[in-house]
Amino acid sequence: MSDTILEMRGITKTFPGVKALQDVNLNVRRGEIHAIVGENGAGKSTLMKVLSGVYPHGSYSGEIIFQGEECRFHGIHDSERKGIVIIHQELALVPLLSIAENIYLGNERARGGIVDWNAVRRGAADLLKKVGLREDPDTLITNIGVGKQQLVEIAKALSKEVKLLILDEPTASLSETDSEQLLALLMEFRTQGIACILISHKLNEVGKVADRITILRDGRTIETLERDQISEDRIITSMVGRPLEDRFPPRTPNIGDTIFEVKNWVVHHPLHPERQVIKGVDIKVRKGEVVGIAGLMGAGRTEFAMSVFGRSYGTGISGEVFLHGKKVDTSTVGKAVRQGVAYATEDRKTYGLNLIDHIKHNVSAANLKGVSSAGVIDDMRELNVANDYRQRTNIRSSSVYQTTGNLSGGNQQKVVLSKWLFADPEVLILDEPTRGIDVGAKYEIYTIINKLASEGKAILVISSEMPELLGITDRIYVMNEGRIVGEMAASEASQEKIMRAIVRTEARAS
Amino acid sequence: MSTEAAGSYTSASKATSQAVLRENLRQYGLVLALIAIMIFFQFTTSGVLSDGWISFGEITSFFTHIQSGILFKPVNLTNLILQNSYIIIMALGMLLVIVAGHIDLSVGSVSGFVGAVAAVMMVQYKLDPVVTVVACLLLGAVIGASQGYWIAFMKIPSFIVTLAGMLVFKGLALWVLGGKSLGPFPQEFQLLSAGFIPDVIGPMTLPAWLGGATLHSTTMAVGLLMIAAMVWSSLSSRRNRESHGYEAEPFAFFVGKNVVLAALVFFLIYSLASYKGLPNVLIVMGVLITLFVFITKRMTFGRRIYAMGGNSKAAALSGIRTDRLTFYVFMIMGSLAALAGLIFAARLNTATPKAGLGFELDVIAAVFIGGASMAGGAGEVAGAVIGAFIMGVMNNGMSILGVNIDWQQVIKGLVLLGAVVFDVYNKNKS
Repeated sequence: MSDTILEMRGITKTFPGVKALQDVNLNVRRGEIHAIVGENGAGKSTLMKVLSGVYPHGSYSGEIIFQGEECRFHGIHDSERKGIVIIHQELALVPLLSIAENIYLGNERARGGIVDWNAVRRGAADLLKKVGLREDPDTLITNIGVGKQQLVEIAKALSKEVKLLILDEPTASLSETDSEQLLALLMEFRTQGIACILISHKLNEVGKVADRITILRDGRTIETLERDQISEDRIITSMVGRPLEDRFPPRTPNIGDTIFEVKNWVVHHPLHPERQVIKGVDIKVRKGEVVGIAGLMGAGRTEFAMSVFGRSYGTGISGEVFLHGKKVDTSTVGKAVRQGVAYATEDRKTYGLNLIDHIKHNVSAANLKGVSSAGVIDDMRELNVANDYRQRTNIRSSSVYQTTGNLSGGNQQKVVLSKWLFADPEVLILDEPTRGIDVGAKYEIYTIINKLASEGKAILVISSEMPELLGITDRIYVMNEGRIVGEMAASEASQEKIMRAIVRTEARAS
Repeated sequence: MSTEAAGSYTSASKATSQAVLRENLRQYGLVLALIAIMIFFQFTTSGVLSDGWISFGEITSFFTHIQSGILFKPVNLTNLILQNSYIIIMALGMLLVIVAGHIDLSVGSVSGFVGAVAAVMMVQYKLDPVVTVVACLLLGAVIGASQGYWIAFMKIPSFIVTLAGMLVFKGLALWVLGGKSLGPFPQEFQLLSAGFIPDVIGPMTLPAWLGGATLHSTTMAVGLLMIAAMVWSSLSSRRNRESHGYEAEPFAFFVGKNVVLAALVFFLIYSLASYKGLPNVLIVMGVLITLFVFITKRMTFGRRIYAMGGNSKAAALSGIRTDRLTFYVFMIMGSLAALAGLIFAARLNTATPKAGLGFELDVIAAVFIGGASMAGGAGEVAGAVIGAFIMGVMNNGMSILGVNIDWQQVIKGLVLLGAVVFDVYNKNKS
């Protein structure tokens, strides 16, 4: 069990001007789950790209020994042939092809260029059974959820006779139950002798499944912890380089009257208008209050928020929105923003930022009126605004002229926040504000949220990370299947209570 | 402002001047490419008209060639501007379309169709040229809007809608003209393309030690005013930056840039003044270019187009009405195509069913040579104009050299490919 399958020794990789990796060592044993953790920019992804041959031999120094022989990969094909398969955070599936076609993509069951569809279907069905996915191999990828897509990726890896499976943030966009299932699958692989490298920000799940953990910081290996040494505090201390006393900033709420109220909100699915997605939701947020919406993936939280915000989701929407007790019209994004409602998306790359433009233009995008008069932009005013918000939200960049596509996830999130802060809303809806960003940046985001609340804004936070909701909110709504199924003060809430509220309704539904 | 804040502002502004330099590097490269191409043709076209070939003896002196080249001859420079005006005018609209993330394949057909309608109105129905021009510009806007409607509100891909438009308006132009050419036009209409501004001050002859040329002095006056306005506007924007505590670009660099720019404009104006003066078309072009630079750089309307082209979903979620914006962009494109069609017809002094054929390709090529991105969200007016001039100078130079039309196409194609490859290579490197 303790024989080594992979050893990376003294890996150093430099980019022009930056040392991304410096003398990194990694040792993975046969049939173990080896977690790699570190803040964003610590070098995790770079290390995996070196391992999988994305950065070819010669572009880095150090050596890779896999199954006892030194490997010099010149591309992903080389590493895959040896049985090293990497599954990226952004899944590499073709949405309009079937599950079976995706599994064998680039590796088709064919003779002389002619595909043997029977072999494909049979093979795919076998692989799906192995990963515990009950779907017809002919189903299109676009028709299954993200959790299932992740399983298809793993089935695809299995089809290549994988010996070392690398998963980059596999559970970042999965619900709690889907994550559980995925992790259980990894544990099963352990018994079959397949080694796993798991890159994750979620320390609780790392602690649950990993046999060993290697911690990277600033491109260096800090330490590798054995199973019995693993504790969340120890990991965090090594990751940030200092003990982090509190993961959440202290909060002293100062709550006033109700500012924002949504009554009897009903939304139908945009493609299947007969299906109700949101089934009569009522919520209230008070001045200076941070309110959370908990729920599983697919509970309808994002759909609710986006439909309130300018009907950006769904059809057949009915219900009423009140601000300061007055009924308001939020039927377009423009109207919602003018009324003082802002929504910062869960998917900053797709819905939040113009990635090819710089920080300055992104910050002003939702409030161009604020930097212009009569349709003419005042360049200086815009520059001052951008610099001001860059400082207030602590965006780390060379200047406001840095392209947002080149920023780290945490800094991108701060740009999205800046954009909405500059629009000066009274009600701020934050959808998964800390998804995929590191511990340090999360703390900064929480601090900003606290400050906004103390300035008297009403804040609604949607999050799939329950500890986060418990740590930063004053009150929590629990949502499931398009309904509010529970409401509790954060001080009285617990993960168990939230889960119980969800499960209760699930049981009733079935 | 606290000292800490001040400190961070300085560091931000230093990086700013670097960023500004880097941002503009491509455009300086483009200008240099244009100048290089012009010098190349100036050199190779010397003596061409005298005996058709450059004899061995004539290559003795580089400078005699530069002096005797045809490209920079005032009459040829004037022609160059007249020949390319309609491409440049359409390139302005196409830049917006491409930055918005779309394409318009119909502009050639639309310009041909509008030219045909104008001919029918003026020649057959004897309508007043001013009425005709106004009606035709409106017609262009309506055509643009009718295509924009499908693209913006019905979400039909612009490639398909405008491909359909290309066929439709090509056919309509043929139908309107009944397959025949129609002309000539009234005198006033021809002025749109063949006219020059009147010399209200009267001609001026330079003293012998300055070359003794007779100059169109109104043109010179307008040109000098333009140079003064340019220098003043860049000086005042520099002052504005500094007064807000931001460091502007290095002073030497700033002076150098302005001197080179002023010298180029002066050279152009001097050449024009020593021929017939400032063509009316150039005034129209100049006003439109200035307007579009202003729209893209300073107006919220322009900024929204860039935001939409960069990420339309994010733009929509920031409260930008992306559908309406797209609709307006196509409407603007339509009116510019109409204007280009009028100028082209006025220049030929007849409307032919073949007018406008293939213009869309030159226009689109100009915008891409100018550095716009196929995916939308990036591209500049100055780039598109220089891109159009690069295409124009190559057309003109190769025609003077007597390069066959077949090889002209090949060379133009390769230049387009080369420019974009260069761009992509640069982007990957950084």
